[in-house]
Amino acid sequence: MSHPEQTPLYSAIAEATQSALRKAEIELPRDIMRRLAHAARTETNPTARAELENILANISEAAARNVPICQDTGVPVIYLTLPEGMAYTSHMGDAVAEGVRAATAAIPLRPNVVDPLSRANTGNNCGRGMPAIHVRHGDACDVTVLPKGAGSENVSRIGMLLPSEKDAIGRFVAETMLRAGGKPCPPVVLGVGIGSTFDGAAALAKEALLQPVDEMTDYEQELCDAINSLGIGPMGLGGDTTALAVKVRRGDCHTASLPVAVNVQCWACRRATEKVIVP
Amino acid sequence: MTDLVTPLGDDVLSLRAGDPVTLSGRVYTARDEAHLRMQEEGIPFDPEGAAVYHCGPIVRDGRIIAAGPTTSARMNTLTEFLLDSGVRALIGKGGMDETVRRALAGRGVYLAFTGGCAALAASRMTLAGVWFEDLGMAEAVWAIDLDRLPLVVGMDAHGGDLFDDVKLQAHRRFETLCREHGW
Repeated sequence: MSHPEQTPLYSAIAEATQSALRKAEIELPRDIMRRLAHAARTETNPTARAELENILANISEAAARNVPICQDTGVPVIYLTLPEGMAYTSHMGDAVAEGVRAATAAIPLRPNVVDPLSRANTGNNCGRGMPAIHVRHGDACDVTVLPKGAGSENVSRIGMLLPSEKDAIGRFVAETMLRAGGKPCPPVVLGVGIGSTFDGAAALAKEALLQPVDEMTDYEQELCDAINSLGIGPMGLGGDTTALAVKVRRGDCHTASLPVAVNVQCWACRRATEKVIVP
Repeated sequence: MTDLVTPLGDDVLSLRAGDPVTLSGRVYTARDEAHLRMQEEGIPFDPEGAAVYHCGPIVRDGRIIAAGPTTSARMNTLTEFLLDSGVRALIGKGGMDETVRRALAGRGVYLAFTGGCAALAASRMTLAGVWFEDLGMAEAVWAIDLDRLPLVVGMDAHGGDLFDDVKLQAHRRFETLCREHGW
């Protein structure tokens, strides 16, 4: 019997994870690029415009030099999609971790994962609960990566609102950005999770960041306009562009509850998907 | 546009918050751990007119791969000794607090670099040396030669603070927003 590491599925998942991480770390998705370019064109504040120009120049440099867009290459958040009939096994989790270790050495990524108390670095971006793997049903087997940096993650917030406060969700979202100011490297994308449970709302907020940013519902646009009216601007230096987009995901919840989570994402909204192809 | 070169002299004192500048010459990276170590063991470089960059770079084979700014506010309580010893510029993102603003008065500036612009920064950098390498890649003090890094003055030597101005305005607009929306 062969070792599990040698199965074609293990290798395929590891390779897809490594490849998706490489893509995500070096090249931003097209929808994010479109929003950034639009912001640079329409921004009226000169300081903000210079910041956006730096961002666009940085993206070009990263591509030309084949290096990560940001030195905070984040912690790996992974969405593994499995088709009907394919069951999740720990072997698959090991394969994802293998891909993360390989990507960390090859790209290279900054080793960011540490023990929460001793702060000892694991050296390979893996550890207890890392990479965070979320398994979802889908049409095919694929790996989506969302490397998440700390500057923006640290100002994310969850609130257990009262059901009677449903009209004040916007206040909670705007207040999150007000408190965050320039810390999360605006212009940001805000992932908002409304409903579900305490933990579920946070998961929804993070998954909202996977959705395209160049389309917004009226509700999302209204929240985005509210955030931009604060005038925080790129890097908190002032300007029209504080948020590139606000994306909302909803889940049903307990009749006595209204959890709202805001997952803040910097302008480097890195994500990429690779299909897992087993030869 | 003002082109600054390290070691910095009195020219930084005339800058005002919001001014665009470029910076060339040697700068030194330092994050939390390096600040703590420097407080205990002394500053390993000549601090006179120096610029300290809040940054944890990716370095490989003697080359800077990526070196964007880290959040400066983490160093709020760890900075005054640097300014006391002659450091004239702090470079980072997000701004710093009132104690740093006061400490900068009459002697230095805080320069903001665009967060996340690690590749752009690296394209303007040459590695020149390192101290405290045992702290790890991100926390070590790296000596880096800069070639016209584009920055904006976030805090000046006259008490001007662009971050604080923006914050005050954002708070006022937030109150308006809440009134308008009935939040």
